[in-house]
This record gives sequence, structure tokens and C-alpha cells, in this order.
Amino acid sequence: MNAAPRRELLCGWGRSAASAATLVRPGSVSELQDLVAQERVSLPMVARGLGRSYGDAAQCGGGLVLDCTGLNRVLDLDIGGAKVRAEAGVSIDELLRLLVPRGLFPPVTPGTRFVTLGGAIASDIHGKNHHVDGTVSRHLDCLRIATPSGPVECSPEKRDDVFWATCGGMGLTGVVLEAVLRLSPIETSTMLVDTERADDLDACMTRLSEDQNAYRYSVAWVDGLAAGRHLGRSVLTRANHAALSDLPAKDRHDPLRLDLASPLRVPVAPPISFLTPRTVSAFNEMWYRHSPRSRAGELVPLASFFYPLDGLAGWNLLYGPRGFTQYQFVVPLGAEGTVRAVLERLSRARAASFLAVLKRFGAEGRGHLSFPKEGWTLALDLPLGPPGLGVLLDGLDELVTSAGGRVYLAKDGRLRPEMLASMYPRLASWLEIRETLDPEGVFSSDLARRVGLGSVRRPSTHKVGV
Amino acid sequence: MIDATGMPQTAVVIGGTSQIARDTLLLLADRRLSAVLLAGRDEAGLDATATELRARGVERVLTRVLDVTEIDRLDAFAESAAAELGSVDLLFMAVGDLGTSDLDTLDAKSVCRTVVTNFAGPAAALGAFVATLRAQGTGRVVVLSSVAGVRVRKANFVYGAAKAGIDGFALGLGDALEGTGVAVTVVRPGFVRTKMTSGLKAAPFAVESPVVAEAIVRGLETGAGVVWVPPMLRPVLALMRLLPRALWRRIPG
Repeated sequence: MNAAPRRELLCGWGRSAASAATLVRPGSVSELQDLVAQERVSLPMVARGLGRSYGDAAQCGGGLVLDCTGLNRVLDLDIGGAKVRAEAGVSIDELLRLLVPRGLFPPVTPGTRFVTLGGAIASDIHGKNHHVDGTVSRHLDCLRIATPSGPVECSPEKRDDVFWATCGGMGLTGVVLEAVLRLSPIETSTMLVDTERADDLDACMTRLSEDQNAYRYSVAWVDGLAAGRHLGRSVLTRANHAALSDLPAKDRHDPLRLDLASPLRVPVAPPISFLTPRTVSAFNEMWYRHSPRSRAGELVPLASFFYPLDGLAGWNLLYGPRGFTQYQFVVPLGAEGTVRAVLERLSRARAASFLAVLKRFGAEGRGHLSFPKEGWTLALDLPLGPPGLGVLLDGLDELVTSAGGRVYLAKDGRLRPEMLASMYPRLASWLEIRETLDPEGVFSSDLARRVGLGSVRRPSTHKVGV
Repeated sequence: MIDATGMPQTAVVIGGTSQIARDTLLLLADRRLSAVLLAGRDEAGLDATATELRARGVERVLTRVLDVTEIDRLDAFAESAAAELGSVDLLFMAVGDLGTSDLDTLDAKSVCRTVVTNFAGPAAALGAFVATLRAQGTGRVVVLSSVAGVRVRKANFVYGAAKAGIDGFALGLGDALEGTGVAVTVVRPGFVRTKMTSGLKAAPFAVESPVVAEAIVRGLETGAGVVWVPPMLRPVLALMRLLPRALWRRIPG
């Protein structure tokens, strides 16, 4: 064992609903497979990467949490074929350092580079390029997962049922051990960015829909507190990877230079939240006014385009001891009114959101519990604690469900279990596949128990003997 | 599980016929509550609350006849309650009885009964659940205390002293459980118009039971360690604690 198992209080990035579990950090794939086969323990368990999911997906109160960051070897890099085979604990940050100088880029990246490959697959993550490239599962050649009965290889061709249940399966079909990921070629580490302001939601959605194929990456940052005729005022940033010829001649000698400055760190966990309606409103106002009305062709290093928040490590601490939740939902095209209604309700409730993110998704993928579907997705960070927030969000769930939408399980911390089946119509088939892979309910998490993702072995109420 | 907004899905209530407990459960039933075990002395009263909770959509409601003064039964009760519910997201301690503080009628037995009912029994029952709560690594404990225990006054000194005991026990338990995923909320209502206080003259700042229930739910949402109902009692009691005894003992009632 790499490190002695220890009892630890774990929570997600939103720092809510922490639970204590036995944390083990396997040092090798075989060690991990032993734990999953329950040769030494008989506890429910779930894998955990860098703890970036917002809610309770990577914790398992009273059970075992497998810290997979020790499985961080890149096993094979095929530069010509643009493919990498890596263990599940490798982070996007590590991949960037390896790939970018060689002219390659992950096909999908979230808004932080501190997620692991395993976590990315379990959440079937999307990025600002979803409308063009889909989710990460679309770029996988194959996966190897640990199940109680041994390792299982799967791909879109071989055991495709297992593959599509695992991509987006929140770690509940097995623990991802390694994956082969197809990569995107890039000529430079610079982005060619167009920025423009939109005065309201309609203008923003129109801009995001028009010429959306002209940009590989597109997103809008929405002022979640603006109301009335300013409702949905936003700043659109849309970009493509810059080609070598886009760079000024003086910068062409080292076009793939990757500059990942080490971030500033929030030094201590403050006892109160700095992100109140007043401060957030002031920030949003300043940020909106500060953004250019329209600016085209700006050359921006990729780290500042993709990962602006990674510049401040531990920014989640600024929400104070109660933490925060991210409400991210998607509704189909045609349900633009639902996005508006959600913004109206939140703005009216003064539920401070620090820059909501709006994006237009492309076609739905094949993962049974994969979140994205064609339509509009809006993500809002909301501080926890204000009374009535839970009821407010339950109401939003109903709006979203009746519009044929869903919320993102990797962000969720409070979904009502009854809503799950209508949000995820392929839930029944997912449950069937899970039952064949994990009949005894070895894999479980606080999320799984809270919303009812599969039957669960009861955690032992006796002393944990790992 | 307890969700990000502090709402439990399962609950064990000791003192399951308490009006404050009932009103709190009705609010929680509208949120996430799906399984409850009600324990108390009065079987008919438990059944009545159980019926109401079922009507409010709680899928599983179990009842157990239990007297917290029967200390020997508490460990077995805790074990079976945890086993039946699967997990205990919320442990609600709502046992209370005013007893007598009347010098003309109190005797060894009556004092002992009041202290055991309000302090020793509830403390022992909480103790019985500690192992379960720690093992599951998550949970919320709500203990109904009273402002009567914040500064004990002559009108109900036996009850007040016992409440002071359970209040201190619950605060200390909460501190001891830090880092285990289990948190304790101590609720300090003033005068609440319930069946326990029926026939008594209402004190200043008196509230109705649903107001206490709302404050408890808000305490779960905000993660409060101590809930005063009404909130005004916090500064009032802070002042009262400063009063010299010579004045304090002259407060009537």
C-alpha cells in the first residue's frame, strides 16, 4: 500500500455535505483491483480523483474512497497517430505539459485542468467545444475498468454496453484503470479569441447560434444578478486554436511554448463568505463594463483562455464555511424561455451567482447517464446557506424537467431522487448494466445513495479493518 | 443522505409524539424525508404522527414504543433503528417533561424523574447512537434544549437544571464529533405553546410550535450549531445572565 489507509472527512469542490470515509491510495493498478475484488475489505466504495466534482459524487460516508491520483503514469504516447494511453489518475494538467509542446491537445477539456482522466470519463465531461466535438467519450478508443469480478476491457465496438454505461456512469460501474484517448493536433499554444458583449439574453443566444461553426470553442459569461431589460447580459468569448500563420513573426520560433504559471493560493479558509449578493453584483457590473463591446482576433495563451480560475488555487474557499453548489442544467433547443425563467427566478431571489456560464450544446452522445444534449446549458455557482435556496432549486428542477432537460450529476448536491428517471430516460438500461457488473452493490457514493443510482451494500457499522 | 442544503432523507425521532418534532418532520417531509422511525412512550400518539407523515408522502414510517428512562434498552434500540433505516441522517432528540419544581410537592422521586427524563435518558440515548453515526461518517443530531437551561430560574429549577445538563452535553458532543462528518444542533426555544405547556401562563417571547419547527429547518439549512427561537432570545438571555442573583430570583413566575 502506498500510504496507510486513514479515516478522512471528504467533500466535493463545493465544500458541502462532507462525510467521513476510509481513504486508500493504491499505488498500482493491481492493488486497486484487489481492493475492488473485496479481497481485504467488504465496504461500499467509490473512486476519487482531484475532488473537482462539486457535490457528493466522489465521497462515500462510512465506506472506502479510492484515491486514484497514485495511478498517474502515461503508458504510451503515439505522436504521429495522435493518441495517448494513460492511467486514470493522470490529470489534464499533466497531459497538457506532455502534449502541448508536441503539438497535441486534449480533445475535450473542462474549465479547470485539475481533473483526472478517470474523473473526466466518469462524468463524461464536456468543454467549450461541445457543439463541435461532443463529450470526452467520443474521443476514447477503449477503456479498462476494475470490477468486483476482475478487469473489463470495453470500447464503442467491444462490450459497448459497458463502455456507454461507464462514460458518465459516475464511477458506479467500475473504477477506470486506463484509457486510450485520441488527441487534437495544434500548431500553436495560442488561442485566437473574439470577445463581444451582448446586452440581454436574446442577443446572447442569437450570437451563440449564428456562425457557431465558425468557432471551435464558444461560451458566454452571464451576469446572473442583472434583471429587467438587462436580464442575461453577457460577454461572449469564442475562439479557435491559432495557426502558426496567425502569430506575429517574432513569436513563430517557439509556437508551442506552454506557460502554466503556478497559481496564487487563497491562504486560509475565511470564516465568512466573501461572495455575497452585494460583492458579486459589484464584481459583475465592473466585469461587464470592463469587457470590450467587440474585439476580434486577440491572441491569448491557452491557459488563460481555458483555465482562468486555475489562477487562484482554492478559490472555492471564498464561499465561506457553508460552501456553495453549482446548478448546471441543459434544456433542448426551443426551450429558451426556460433559461430565461431560471435567470429571472434566481435574479429575483437575489441568489448571488458569480458569473453564470451559458453555452449551446451540440448533439447528444451515447453515454447512458451522460449530461449534455442538444440545447442550452447554463451553470450557476450559488452560495449555500440562505434559507429557501433548496426550495428555489427544487422549483428550477421542475421547470427544467418539464422542458425536457436535466441537471448535471457531477455538479449536483441536492437533486430530488424522484426527478432522476425523467431527467435521464436511459437510467433503467444503465441500472441493468450496472447490476451485471456489480451485482452486490460494491460501488456506491453519497451521490448514488442520495439519488438512488443502484442498490448499495450497507456500510459496515463496525470498525473498518482494511 | 444529507444533501448540500442540509436536508435529511432518513430520521430517528426520540420523543416522537412531541409537537415540535411533528411540526419539524412535516416540513422535512415536504423536502427530502423518505424514511422515519418514531420512538416514544405513547403508542397511539406515535401512530397519529405516523399517519400524518404518510399522508405527507413519507414512504416508510416506523414506530417503536420506547421510554428513554429505561437506559438498558437504549443500545439495542439504536442498533435496530440504524439497521431498519439503513442510515440515520437525522437524529432528533425531542424528549421533555416539565415535571415539578414546586417545593410543596417535590420529593426525591419526582426530582429524579425530571432529571432522568430531561437529561440522563436523552444523553444516554444520544450516546447509544454515537457508534452508528461515527461509522456512517455523516449525520445531523438535533437536540431540543430550552432557554430554561441557559440560566436556571426558581419557577422551574428542576427542569431548567436538567435542560442545562442536556444542553451542555449536546454542545460538548458536537465538539467531540468534529471531523467525523456528524454535526450537532442545539435548539433553545423560549416558551412554546404546546401540550407540554398547556395550562401555564405564556412567558414573554412565547411562540407557536410551527415557528420552532421552521427555525430548526433553517438551522439545518444554514448549518447552525445553536438555534434560538425566537432569535431575540439570544441577546435577551445574554443580558439575563448578567443580572445579579438578588435580582434574578425576584423574577416572578
